[in-house]
Amino acid sequence: MKVLVTVKEVAEVEEDFEISGTEIDETYLDYDLNEWDDYAVEEGVQLQEAGDDVEVVTVTIGPERSEETIRMALAKGADRAIRVWDDALEDADLLDVEAKAKILAGVVEEEDPDLVLSGVQAADDAFGGTGVALADEVGFEWAAVVNQLDSEKVLSENVASVHRELEGGVEELTDVDLPAVLTIQTGINEPRYASLRGIRQAQSKEIAPMTLDDLGLDESAADSALDITDMYEPETESDAQYLEGSADEQASQLADVLTDLGVVGE
Amino acid sequence: MSDVLAVAEHRRGELRDVSFELVTAGRDLADATGGDLHVAVVSGDTDEFAEKLNREGVDAVHTVSYGEEFNHDVYVQAAEALFADVDPEFLLLPNSVNGLDYAPAIANKLGLPYVSDAVDVEFDGGLTATREMYGSKVETTIEVAEGPYAVSIRGGEWPAAEGVGDADVSEFDFTPDEDAIRSNVTGFEEVAGGDVDISEAEFLVSIGRGIEEEENLPLIEALVDATGATLSSSRPIVDNGWLPKNRQVGQSGKTVTPKVYLAIGISGAVQHVAGMKGAETIIAVNTDPDAPIFDIADYGVVGDLFDVVPALIEEFGGEAP
Repeated sequence: MKVLVTVKEVAEVEEDFEISGTEIDETYLDYDLNEWDDYAVEEGVQLQEAGDDVEVVTVTIGPERSEETIRMALAKGADRAIRVWDDALEDADLLDVEAKAKILAGVVEEEDPDLVLSGVQAADDAFGGTGVALADEVGFEWAAVVNQLDSEKVLSENVASVHRELEGGVEELTDVDLPAVLTIQTGINEPRYASLRGIRQAQSKEIAPMTLDDLGLDESAADSALDITDMYEPETESDAQYLEGSADEQASQLADVLTDLGVVGE
Repeated sequence: MSDVLAVAEHRRGELRDVSFELVTAGRDLADATGGDLHVAVVSGDTDEFAEKLNREGVDAVHTVSYGEEFNHDVYVQAAEALFADVDPEFLLLPNSVNGLDYAPAIANKLGLPYVSDAVDVEFDGGLTATREMYGSKVETTIEVAEGPYAVSIRGGEWPAAEGVGDADVSEFDFTPDEDAIRSNVTGFEEVAGGDVDISEAEFLVSIGRGIEEEENLPLIEALVDATGATLSSSRPIVDNGWLPKNRQVGQSGKTVTPKVYLAIGISGAVQHVAGMKGAETIIAVNTDPDAPIFDIADYGVVGDLFDVVPALIEEFGGEAP
């Protein structure tokens, strides 16, 4: 069985930042493995550990810088990685869901996985659509917002038996035929930390570079129908009454507020 | 090609709120495009749903009677057929968990540009949408020149449509290709049960990422003991396994409406706020003065919880660990 895990390197914004044009200035950004993808990687590695012959391959659309993030996924147990990059992607301001799905579809066609695991969304642009659009693009089944996966059934019965986390503390139980794309919700497992041994091993694992041309796509695959034309900090509308002073003074005022509200007795 | 087609959402026999918010957003767009607002409802008791969806501003309701509960394969096929029939400029969908399960697929299948999780949508010859990025730290304006468009809207951003409309209600002639239905919903499970019902509590002390380590939980438990509050949390605490799922407040957890909600180290992401904005009094303790939780707080404490909470425990005669 082959599991393909989509891994995105996301930009995290520091507490104080400045926007220049339609971007946040690079100096205020830190790059990391997308939180949802971390859970997807873990789910893939757990399948690999539970099965006899499970290969876990990660795929990332990203510049050379993202290799650090990819190595992290490899250190956690993925077998090898693919990194798609291209001058046309370098020039694109935004990759919309359609563009990402088309590019990843090229990789799915190359690799022919049984299962694709993708994070529910990326922490930065948060479109939350790539996995399901990819499923449609390649004709796979899918399930979105999965917070439980029956690993035995996946490995032996060719069906993904999942829980989908709906709103309000309700889960939907769904069976989907393989091949399938599952978008993985946080909390589905406990992502491991990479061990020193894993980190060492990751250094010798393959990160195969691929261009759009390698995937049988032309430069138009990087075209996005969506344009970001403005970016700004939302106006804060706080009319909170702030409790000022030292921590002790703040606590004293807070105690008075709670007592006045009648939720804490004398 | 100037109409708007909105797809309603229901679960276990009830239309969900976002359905009526889609009507409001859809009516605004239809006014801008100069077209009609069509609302579709797929599966379940479609007659009852159609009657309820016939609110002011709806021109047509299309019912698809096939199946009971949401199934994404059925929804994608039905939406594709409806799209061909109505030929709209906008396909308007909910950015709910089920929306996430079919909106990207139908947009991709129809080759429509897809804008998800919109908090504002305008049409002036082209589409202009507002959406957040970087965990609500910034808002962006997204423009898409050429339609038709697929847009999913965030719940709770538009008011629910009210009143009674005079829509033309009709059964849409649709039979799915059952061979293409390769997913099967086998049931539901309530996961938020357990020993404590946080939605019944009068005073909730709720913790978030700000507590940093599981080892810091006893500090908050000491506050809970000293004040007689009930302990709840935001999602990351439950994801980390530090508290059970029945303590989680927010979209995927419980909706709570206590007299007082004391949010400690919670930034106030939209998914969390959805579950607690109905609290009578909201008090927030956070080191970041720009944290969105302060936008909805009645009282704010900008400070380090590791200084403020021990002092607060002492105020109530307790002892910090």
